[in-house]
Amino acid sequence: MIIISLISFAIQDKLGDPVQQMVGMTVSQEERNQIRDELGLNDGFFLQYWRFAKGAIHGDLGTSYYYKEPALNVILEKLPATLELAFCAIVLVVIVATPCGVLAAIKPRHILSRLLMVISSVGLSVPIFIIAILMVYIFSIELNIAPSFGRGQTKEVFGLWESGLFTKDGLKHLLLPSLSLAIALMPIFVRLIRAEMMEVLQSEYIRFAWSKGLSARRIYFKHALKNTMLPVITVGGIQAGTLVAYTILTETIFQWPGMGFLFMDAVSRVDTPLVSAYLIVVGGIFVITNTLVDLIYGLVNPTVRLASHGL
Amino acid sequence: MNLLSVSNLHVNFHMKEQELAALIDVSFTLNRGERIAIVGESGAGKSILGFSIVNLIGKPGYIKSGSIKLESKEITKMNLRQLQEVRGKRIAMIFQDPMMTLNPVLTIGDQLVETIRSHTKISYKDARNIAIEKLHHVQIASPEKRFNQYPHELSGGMRQRVIIASVLLLNPDIIIADEPTTALDVTIQAEILQLLLTICRDNGVALVLISHDLGVVSKVAERTLVMYAGHVVEEGPTLEIINDPQHPYTQGLLNALPQMTLPGQRLNQIQGSMPSLAERPTGCAFHPRCPYATQKCRQEQPKFIYSGVSSVACFLVEDMLNEFANNDKEIS
Repeated sequence: MIIISLISFAIQDKLGDPVQQMVGMTVSQEERNQIRDELGLNDGFFLQYWRFAKGAIHGDLGTSYYYKEPALNVILEKLPATLELAFCAIVLVVIVATPCGVLAAIKPRHILSRLLMVISSVGLSVPIFIIAILMVYIFSIELNIAPSFGRGQTKEVFGLWESGLFTKDGLKHLLLPSLSLAIALMPIFVRLIRAEMMEVLQSEYIRFAWSKGLSARRIYFKHALKNTMLPVITVGGIQAGTLVAYTILTETIFQWPGMGFLFMDAVSRVDTPLVSAYLIVVGGIFVITNTLVDLIYGLVNPTVRLASHGL
Repeated sequence: MNLLSVSNLHVNFHMKEQELAALIDVSFTLNRGERIAIVGESGAGKSILGFSIVNLIGKPGYIKSGSIKLESKEITKMNLRQLQEVRGKRIAMIFQDPMMTLNPVLTIGDQLVETIRSHTKISYKDARNIAIEKLHHVQIASPEKRFNQYPHELSGGMRQRVIIASVLLLNPDIIIADEPTTALDVTIQAEILQLLLTICRDNGVALVLISHDLGVVSKVAERTLVMYAGHVVEEGPTLEIINDPQHPYTQGLLNALPQMTLPGQRLNQIQGSMPSLAERPTGCAFHPRCPYATQKCRQEQPKFIYSGVSSVACFLVEDMLNEFANNDKEIS
């Protein structure tokens, strides 16, 4: 986290001059310098970083130049929208990629499996913005079933969360962005699940399960799938990073009012504190997801459970 | 009627460029409660024979021709559903390496109970009782505790006991044990072997013991099949095979036992090694390693002939028998 903060802070200087964006053309050089002094931008790098780090420990990641509010608050306000989008995408990936991967592993010669493999290779190489733009073209413009931008109607849940998950309009708006995000992530999971499952199916315990006369369904979904998921879970955690990168693109294309969209705006406005704060929050999310993933891994894998008890 | 009869079984491996024969014209029978052994070096096709009995040869292997009959039912013609009925319930298997045989993410109990419940309709509780009783039967201490544990919490010998318990769950007619003691500690080998023997004897279960160790075989099996490069080369009562081996390969195997060598001497071995499936020699497959090989052995495949209580496929034995027969004629 310290390294993330250092890096995210270091790039502030390189993004451009925030003052220029703030005041426009009519302000004289002296006045600009005065503003720079007030903001502490003329101090040395380490002094600036020290000031930033001291604040960061107390939860103050700087103040956004544009919103004139603490950067953290601005981001947290947008967090639910991004989380909802990411959550839906992950659910879609799990629901779709697991059966596809399993099918491709059990019946590698089946026409559907071959088709899946071809599609996933294509999916791996097509960038998400093309997928997203195609989705908009097909579903919004040609078929006109789903709106192409915004979050639609939201509803407050538990008094702290503006959610689009509970209104029909909100769900409709969620459809395209989460679908494109899911499609971008899916190929790698389909291929990974397929590869792992094929390996597991070769193992002795699967053969033993067959020799016990168990049903194919039980062998595939109880004996093999659980073992298949162990490495998939680990990779899933690492893919959280990719997910974040993809939310930036997806949100930009669909004008989704989340963190990614905010980040793009912040970059173009040279709102450096906001950019740094975003990077730090994302770093935090990354750490949290990986911890969660490790915990889930421990739940699934009994050998890890034992180790955690120190036996 | 024989409990199990395998006749003229051919198993092939379907490779990209060629068809490789893994089992060639294998025949044998097994009676109820009988214990037979299949011996041979690695690569002889012993394990493939074991797996083909329940039609569980991994790809790219397949049964090319021949028949495997369980009483009157033809196993080679069964569909998956019928096979599932047979597997576990009529014919159960014990695998070589107990460390790899149990699923690491499921508890011992889960793996035992599912076997029972996929063959008979009984409640979880009843199945659990049976499982615990069988665990007790294979001399596992505190079976209730083991029931909820995962495989990694058990030692190798203990796991093999669990596996033996698991094949006993449904009181099968036949147990196929593929090198059940090879992966175990020497001290535990004898225990497991004894356990297997007692269990088969007490319950009248027929046993097919696959092993490369004639020492192990002599303690357990009544009859022995010696395999070499996909062929059965000798078959007969175990005692007969050990005391009076006919085929030069069997003789070589016996000579290779450490007990056959005086202390301080080099261990005997059969020169050369088993040919791979792709480079099987012409004629008798053993001829390149056989000290008695003749021109005939290099060209023709010896037939299986009766020699006393055993059967053997070797020209040497065949010629000897013919000579005896001629002498008999001359005398009379």
